[in-house]
Amino acid sequence: MIIDIAKFIETEKPYWQSLEKILSRMEQDHGASLSLEESRHLHYLYRRASSDLGKVGTFSSEPLTRHYLEALVARAHSEINEQRDTATKFSLLEFFRFTFPQTFRRQVNAFWIALILTVVGSLFGGAALYFDPASKESLVPFDHLLGNPTERVKLEEASNRSENAAHGTFSAYLMTHNTQVSITTFALGLTYGVGTIIMLFYNGVMLGSIIVDYVAHGQSVFLAGWLLPHGSVEIPCILIAGQAGLVLASALIGWGKRIPLSSRLRLIGKDLFVLMTGVALFLVWAGIVESFFSQYHYPVVPYSVKILFGSSQLGALVFYLYAAGRKREKEAN
Amino acid sequence: MFAAKTRLTTSEGIEFGFILASPLVRFVAWAIDFAATMALLSALRFAVIFISFFSSDFASAMVILLYFVVSVGYPIFCEWKFRGQTIGKKLLSLRVVDAEGFRLTFQQVFVRNITRMVDMLPLPYLVGGLVCFLSPRNQRLGDLAANTIVIRNVKVEEPVLSELGERHFNSLRHYPHLEARLRREVTPEEAALILNTLLRSSSLEATARIKIYGLLASHFRDIVQFPAEAVEGIPDEQYLKNIVDVLFRKSGAVKARETRVAK
Repeated sequence: MIIDIAKFIETEKPYWQSLEKILSRMEQDHGASLSLEESRHLHYLYRRASSDLGKVGTFSSEPLTRHYLEALVARAHSEINEQRDTATKFSLLEFFRFTFPQTFRRQVNAFWIALILTVVGSLFGGAALYFDPASKESLVPFDHLLGNPTERVKLEEASNRSENAAHGTFSAYLMTHNTQVSITTFALGLTYGVGTIIMLFYNGVMLGSIIVDYVAHGQSVFLAGWLLPHGSVEIPCILIAGQAGLVLASALIGWGKRIPLSSRLRLIGKDLFVLMTGVALFLVWAGIVESFFSQYHYPVVPYSVKILFGSSQLGALVFYLYAAGRKREKEAN
Repeated sequence: MFAAKTRLTTSEGIEFGFILASPLVRFVAWAIDFAATMALLSALRFAVIFISFFSSDFASAMVILLYFVVSVGYPIFCEWKFRGQTIGKKLLSLRVVDAEGFRLTFQQVFVRNITRMVDMLPLPYLVGGLVCFLSPRNQRLGDLAANTIVIRNVKVEEPVLSELGERHFNSLRHYPHLEARLRREVTPEEAALILNTLLRSSSLEATARIKIYGLLASHFRDIVQFPAEAVEGIPDEQYLKNIVDVLFRKSGAVKARETRVAK
């Protein structure tokens, strides 16, 4: 009970200001850590401010004080009760050595679903083109792939790509375009996964129909040499983006989880961030390879070299996702 | 129009609230940010022209990459660096906060912004706007995924008591213990009601005004009963003004003490 509100404010104001000072320091430096003594003092000030808010809360003529205290307590509450790792010092080496592969494996079930959806889509697309070649225009939305594969191969092999070709521009376009496709695949997880499933299936349909088209025209080697160098990274990236989208959808649906939606989303927030950051970084590499390497064909670069490069890259990626950071994972367990 | 609110209760049982930003205000903030992004991109494109003298391919690549990085990175950078605010949100006093009142993390900022493209489908903010209207906490899909809300920072202004007319003798001031009880017993809503009624008296019809003043005065007389000599012969309007004076104006003793402290 407060008898004299003015005296009460006069007495308590130094404590509120002290709390505000500590909070401002913590908020400005995201990675700041407090000593035990400082933490105790912060907790004491928070409890005192909370108690003061309780007292002022029903006091009619002090809306300013009440508003100020509510904001102060809200800020202190967020700093004191935050249990998630909010460290922002990002180490690329740490990210690629441990964080990304560990997160990938933790959510690997969603990846298998993404892979199965793409494979089923590929089978569907391949079968559709095989049994109905006229459907090519509907299945393959890229103009340069609509023609006869044999003629395209002849043209590509005959073309003499000059050093002045706009590889940089093409590379930048590929990086941003593929990242946008990945982001869309992930973000459509918000549609309870329906959008992500459609995207993965549709990507599979396109891939399957292109593969069947080139194989049926006897251009398997060209196809492998063209697709493998960049596709061995690009396609897994789309799958990982789909994996993130399915993880998000799973949290939204919450099958068999007896925790509220907000808690479910809180649990997967960091995993989504890690998966999508990894995808974006890998796609930078895929864009460079596609523009500066994939577009060169025999006789400039022998197909065997391209296929070997792409296969090795795919093998390395699979091994990396399977093995990287395992030792630390085992130690932690 | 009533502002939607959300209230949170801490583990210590203390309640605090946020005023939620309406979808329309959020759209305006987005439009300002869009203009800011375009302005930034134009400036960067101008800078890239110099690079094109050396390599047009590299300059074109830079334009494509900068467009992507700025359009995706601008809200992420601003909301993280400026604690939930972009330029548009700052201008309209909006802020992104954690839906449970915890600290806004970089992951949340990242997820809410990267999922924005679903909210933008099929026209700018059609899906996001509809979801926002239907959501009890005005959340678009990205907010739901990141577990964030957008709030409005409202500045609480001191009431302009001078509009109530000159300060006259207030008989209630002779009873400090009853004044203190009145300040304690009257709820913030009751205090706001009486103040706003008096401030808007000119817009009320004479008969309606007399009736409302009568009802209010009767209500406040029941809360704290001042001695008869303090309230005798005072019209309802003056009685209500005296109540507001007690609730919102500082007494001479308090002012004197504040002056001493300030010195």
